[in-house]
Amino acid sequence: MFETIRRRFQALRPQADFCSLRYVEEDSEQLRVRQGRQQPLARRRDRGAMITVLDGGGYGYAATADLSEAGLRAAFERARGWARATAGRGVFDFRGVKPPSPRGVWQGEASEPSWPRAALLDLLLSESAAAKGDDARVVDWSAGLWRQDVRQLHLTSDGGEVEQRMQALTPSLVVTAFDQGRVQTRSLGGQYGGLGRQGGLELIAESGLRGAGRRVADEAMQLLYAPNCPSGKMDLLLMPEQMMLQIHESIGHPLELDRILGDERNMAGTSFVTPDMFGSYRYGSDLLNVTFDPSLAKELASYGWDDDGQRAEKAWLIRNGILERPLGGAVSAMRARLNGHALDSVANSRASNWNRAPIDRMANLNVEPGDKTFGQLVAGVERGVLMQTNVSWSIDDSRNKFQFGCEWGQLIENGELKGVVRNPNYRGISASFWRSLKAVGDASTFCVMGTPYCGKGEPSQVIRVGHASPACVFGEVDVFGGAA
Amino acid sequence: MMRAHLKTLAAALDGWLREGEGYTLWLQAERTDFIRFNHGKVRQAGRVEQAYLDLRLIKGARQATQQLSLSGGEDDLALLEGALPELRAALEQVEDDPFLLLNERPQSGERVQPHRLPPAESMVADILEAADGHDLVGILACGDMSFGFANHLGQFNWQQGESWNFDWSLYSHGDKAVKRNMAGTAWDAASLRRGVAEAAEQLALLKLPLKTLAPGAYRAYFTPAALGSLLGMLNWGGVSEKEVRSKRSPLLKLVEGEARLSPLVSLEEAGGEGLSPLFQREGFIRPERVELIARGEHRGSLIGPRSAREFGLEPNAGGDEDAESMRLAAGDLPRDEALKALGTGVYLSNLWYLNFSDRSACRITGMTRFACFWVEEGKIVAPLGVMRFDDSLFSLLGEQLEALTAEREWLADPLSYESRATASKLLPGALVKAMRFSL
Repeated sequence: MFETIRRRFQALRPQADFCSLRYVEEDSEQLRVRQGRQQPLARRRDRGAMITVLDGGGYGYAATADLSEAGLRAAFERARGWARATAGRGVFDFRGVKPPSPRGVWQGEASEPSWPRAALLDLLLSESAAAKGDDARVVDWSAGLWRQDVRQLHLTSDGGEVEQRMQALTPSLVVTAFDQGRVQTRSLGGQYGGLGRQGGLELIAESGLRGAGRRVADEAMQLLYAPNCPSGKMDLLLMPEQMMLQIHESIGHPLELDRILGDERNMAGTSFVTPDMFGSYRYGSDLLNVTFDPSLAKELASYGWDDDGQRAEKAWLIRNGILERPLGGAVSAMRARLNGHALDSVANSRASNWNRAPIDRMANLNVEPGDKTFGQLVAGVERGVLMQTNVSWSIDDSRNKFQFGCEWGQLIENGELKGVVRNPNYRGISASFWRSLKAVGDASTFCVMGTPYCGKGEPSQVIRVGHASPACVFGEVDVFGGAA
Repeated sequence: MMRAHLKTLAAALDGWLREGEGYTLWLQAERTDFIRFNHGKVRQAGRVEQAYLDLRLIKGARQATQQLSLSGGEDDLALLEGALPELRAALEQVEDDPFLLLNERPQSGERVQPHRLPPAESMVADILEAADGHDLVGILACGDMSFGFANHLGQFNWQQGESWNFDWSLYSHGDKAVKRNMAGTAWDAASLRRGVAEAAEQLALLKLPLKTLAPGAYRAYFTPAALGSLLGMLNWGGVSEKEVRSKRSPLLKLVEGEARLSPLVSLEEAGGEGLSPLFQREGFIRPERVELIARGEHRGSLIGPRSAREFGLEPNAGGDEDAESMRLAAGDLPRDEALKALGTGVYLSNLWYLNFSDRSACRITGMTRFACFWVEEGKIVAPLGVMRFDDSLFSLLGEQLEALTAEREWLADPLSYESRATASKLLPGALVKAMRFSL
């Protein structure tokens, strides 16, 4: 299809200052098993293109699945119509933008997709059966595999051309136990696609799905009879399955430059970070090092170029606790510069699909490892709680006051892991929470996580993000349990 | 155009079917102009034309579904035909589905609204004129949406119409803003100008010195929009039969009689009054009304066809079992007297980023947002610094619920994940004796 799209775009000979075409095709399939039964098989074949036009200082786009010459011509006319209709009425004059003219090919971590459907369904049924056993207290149990194969072609009117391909697999397993009015749910890697990575079937083994059914059910049962998480100020050891959410909400979103510039104020929110903070603001303790790394193998949001054609490279956002760079694409960085803030861009202008326009989106956003083993992290805690696997997330409009809950909690007393506690929650304020970071795990505690469900934008978009992190310890955090 | 296209595709499928095979088709299409605004100007403008078709192939008790993005042209016939071998191969590899339930009594129907919207460019011009001099941010989504269903039994359902949704905020400073949502099927520029002018007048209140509250319990008044956030959270499994049966529903304690809500609370799904089509993906026609809670007591849940088959019930909802046209009965507190009835406490215009902090206790956390105020002796005295709450709906809509307003407000969902939302709510405001703020 790429060759056909190339030919038809060339035939357009667009009469505008600049024109690009972003073609996306995705094939996906979801296998799901619930309560020991296969769920309806769901496949998807999606393809379409977005034409973007800059003309006379205005910007417009039009997205269509009609990929005929006439269809693309109509989309171009509509996009140019919007560019001309909004020229001089926009927040930004696009005549100052020189869009990239990228060239290259990028292939993510994957092999040609092999998809032994029957065997995979057997695996899911087997793990599902192991989760249930013959225990009546297991009231809901499910497992799934979701594969995606995304191919993109980006063409520009000045000869730019980029091909990219990403293949991803997201395994899942969730068990709910109920007894005497009490309910607890435990999962493998979270209930929201936390184990999603780029790659092929090898990810099944890496995720630990084989053999997980019994273990996860056992943990759900432990939670059912565990005491409520204690309340009070104490140390908090966050494992990567919760760190990913902490990073996402209280570093990723606040650093998105379009929020800082006010684009998202009506829906997704703004940020406590202001443009003048970059280069000097103490975001966290000296131990905090955060990178934007679209190149990390297998992480869910790895890519070679963003959807505006900017080359994607690793960049340091926070170094030794000091805020250095925002998460803003080239257009956002230029808007900030016009407002007197010389900020460098990173290649994170991304769209969820062919029918949504690119906006600033975190991609792979990672906390770099430190030097403590897991044993040393635990040993350094006199009184605290280990928390793992996010189940509840909420943070204010400016990404500051947050409250997060986890599936799994374990007490830590005098440097030793103790009993399990249920409904572990904690709350804090982003601007001070990261400064309480007191120990960072080493590479042995480092884990690549992600989620395909990051929501943002007007119109709304759900996009894939990756978050890799070591385990980390925070001091004097406000911890509490459920309603008992 | 897509109506005829769906009929063509269905007719082609009829010819391609083999002995013992059946199908359903579900089409969701839109042609939408999306225009984002920031600082009272245009941020991003464009059009999206999309049509997604779900082809479900059925053989005996086996089923598999392929979703396809359609071009609207002749290519779609080849696309559809090409999907059949893949679905047939898939059917060989899946088990019988004991919970497959499809409508076998065809009930065709059509609802097509006339074209009433002006060009999107003129709507944008109206907005820019009304926003002149203001820091307006938000999005206009406008255009045609259509839904269609067809199956091998000859059933054909169609709904089509134009609509617009303008979700916007007028900013005063920092995070202080007045938020509004306007939606409809006919454009009214004069109403828009009035709405922006009224919001601009309210900005003066946001410029008063900020009131910072200490964590604790306070009297509170929820506008319909703020109450909508709480009930939106409840819609995460709270009214689903499947979630009740699997003990994951946040309303489980209400269903099992361990908790009660206030007798003031009567909640229903009123599909007949909403924007979503009454027909659904399995071909069933949803009832005009489903009673969910009556005078504080659980009355019923939304039952998708799979749950209906599994539990021996009649289906009354789509497969997701969430409310699409939620209606909460009005109370008797005149809205004009809400501040007076509140006395001293918090006036909540909007809530934000809610989530369950303890699902089984129906305990919800979230934040105040936009124009929330501190009220003393029935008068607004200060805008509120953002506060986090953490409280149970069994409390807020239970023993703490003092009154609901006599007037209700219709709220259209402005979200557009994958496609424009059609969900809506009709809600009163709510006065509660105590609401717990935690941070």
